[in-house]
Amino acid sequence: MTATATGTDSRLPPGSRRRRVLAGLYRRSRLQLLLLLAPPAGWFGIVYLGSLALLLVTAFWTFDGTTGRVVQHWTLDNFRQLIDQPAFRTIALRTLLFATAVTIVDALIAFPIAYYMAQVAGARTRAVLFMLCLLPLWASYLVRVYAWRVILSPNGPLDWALQRFGLGPAGLYPSELGAGIVFAYLWLPYMILPLYAGFERVPRSLLEASADLGARNAATFRRIVLPLVLPALAAGSIFTFSLTLGDYITPGLVSNNQFIGNVVFEQQGVSGNLPLAAAFALVPVGIMAIYLFVARRLGAFEAL
Amino acid sequence: MKSRSIFAVAASLGIVLGACTSGGASPSAVAPSQPATSAAAPSAGSAAPSASGGPSSNLPTSIGAGEGELDIIVWAGYAEDGSNVKEYDWVNPFIAANPDCAKVNVKPADTSDAMVSLMQGGGGGLYDGVSASGDASNTLINRGDVAEVNVDLIPDFKDISPFLQSPAHNTVAGKHYGVSHGWGGNTLMWRTDIVKPAPTSWEITFDPAKMEAYKGKVTAYDGSIYVADAALYLKTHKPELNITDPYELTQDQFNAAIDLLKAQHPYVGKYWSAYTDEIDNFTSGATVVGTTWPYQTNTLKAAKVAVNAVVPTEGMTGWADTWMLASKAKHPNCMYKWMAWMVTPHVQTEVAEYFGEAPANPKACAELDKTYGSYGVKDFCTLYSVNDKSFYDSISFWKTPQADCGDSRGQTCVPYDQWVTAYQAVKAGG
Repeated sequence: MTATATGTDSRLPPGSRRRRVLAGLYRRSRLQLLLLLAPPAGWFGIVYLGSLALLLVTAFWTFDGTTGRVVQHWTLDNFRQLIDQPAFRTIALRTLLFATAVTIVDALIAFPIAYYMAQVAGARTRAVLFMLCLLPLWASYLVRVYAWRVILSPNGPLDWALQRFGLGPAGLYPSELGAGIVFAYLWLPYMILPLYAGFERVPRSLLEASADLGARNAATFRRIVLPLVLPALAAGSIFTFSLTLGDYITPGLVSNNQFIGNVVFEQQGVSGNLPLAAAFALVPVGIMAIYLFVARRLGAFEAL
Repeated sequence: MKSRSIFAVAASLGIVLGACTSGGASPSAVAPSQPATSAAAPSAGSAAPSASGGPSSNLPTSIGAGEGELDIIVWAGYAEDGSNVKEYDWVNPFIAANPDCAKVNVKPADTSDAMVSLMQGGGGGLYDGVSASGDASNTLINRGDVAEVNVDLIPDFKDISPFLQSPAHNTVAGKHYGVSHGWGGNTLMWRTDIVKPAPTSWEITFDPAKMEAYKGKVTAYDGSIYVADAALYLKTHKPELNITDPYELTQDQFNAAIDLLKAQHPYVGKYWSAYTDEIDNFTSGATVVGTTWPYQTNTLKAAKVAVNAVVPTEGMTGWADTWMLASKAKHPNCMYKWMAWMVTPHVQTEVAEYFGEAPANPKACAELDKTYGSYGVKDFCTLYSVNDKSFYDSISFWKTPQADCGDSRGQTCVPYDQWVTAYQAVKAGG
């Protein structure tokens, strides 16, 4: 054993300062832990929480439109503007609606895939499915969004395929539905993976026991499977929900929609109205706080 | 379990879908971005503005050795290295002529708003200069993001069109904050195979009766400055509003412009901010009529897409761009060299043809009129009215809307931040 921290290193002269420090540390394991965690915790506290705090403070400052400067004059006007402006309400509501819809659609698609991967597929098939599931993540986000734009655009592959069946153009680009489809595609892997982990933890013996006791598939699913994978579902939904909530590139590229992120970007970058941007940026922070609270109640954090 | 086979089918469907879509289109609008490097250092070019008129006395009197690198923010098509069209290359010759500025990092920006944002990013100093339009240049000057420039160090400055040597959008109180580069107008473009007859008025983008036939296929600009296009339209079609300058709007005039844009919204298929967006959308037919820059028209025509563009009867908004030096530039000498390079006649020829705009330096006309490259046209300078001051004056050039109307109305105009918010509301359909 060479561990110097044990204080038994005979190479250090007895009574030396270093030896005393190390011996002291050895006895105080809490102090040891504290020193170990101080750098990452400090980073987290200063960089992460610090910027959040700055965001919060900025939201209460004033923007002077005449000079284009931020004045450190405390006010609630930014929040009042968020509530009074119907456009901001529409945008916030639409963002929330999209995040919810995308989460539900992803859950519905991911459920059978994850179930098949965890409970049905053999080791080889599972490996292939895993790879296919992760494959899109190798390509850049923008490439994938642009690829979808090509698929959905008038006279694109989708319209071409529909035409072969004698159906009219889908008209999905630019459209809100198109943006929804792209979102559902983008975040699907983030739903499949936690769900897969959840299904893997469902003991097959329970399913067999349920069948032995005469439960039909539907009953087994409702009373055994669903409660057991609910935490995993909640975990996956954190990803799909928060990623949609914070995105601002896809709505602009595929639809004419504005999300909260687009407004924040323009208010900050375009007019320099940092306070209003900060105030609006706090909306998704608030929504996520509530969402995470509910998800924790559902046991999502144990399933991550 | 019976349900397993259903799951399997659904699973494979989902996976096929997932796998098919990862390849495909190239992200043509993705700007090559540079890593943001360290913070600003004081530079030769950063001169504190003094209160009195005329150039400051503490400007550099000569351009020193280059710092090896140059980081610039540009409009697409303003810094070509021959990779798009072979004969249009003025970056590599710049490097050849200035080996002490051997690395030119180009960051294209989509909108004036993006340019301001990039210039201020990281506290400034990430970029050495920018090709700012009038709606950004005054903002940058007011906020101290750009430095006064000693135009005596730009040999070709004396040849620049007289009306572009000290225009209000880059010269304040006799101090030059950059060198004029080129100018042009936002024209009306349409797909000639779909939109018939050929439009001559902005009515086709603002009058519901005229737009009806192309509902969902009209395009509009995704920058807040587009409110001025609506105001310019109202200047002709609603004279009772007494709009004198589409960038200096009182609340009533501003509200009328916003109402017009709200009425336009249902007919708009896609607002464009990235120029590549508009090219894609006109190619696919997702949008077929709307405002454009000549750059897109040229590119589409070169790709054999059936488009044409005109100056509508109401006139047009436009841009007059300036190469500006960042006040916290890390490579100010290279930026001076770049500014000097960009207004030399041959480079002006290349840019003017490639982008489709009037060059600031009419000396370029000798070569331009004979056509230089594949984007060229004969008698370019007549076509683009390069020396026509009255045509120049007829364009409503982009400038930053400020509370100060700049005339007897005083501080009653709507400032830009309200343009941004109001246009956001338009786009949100609210």
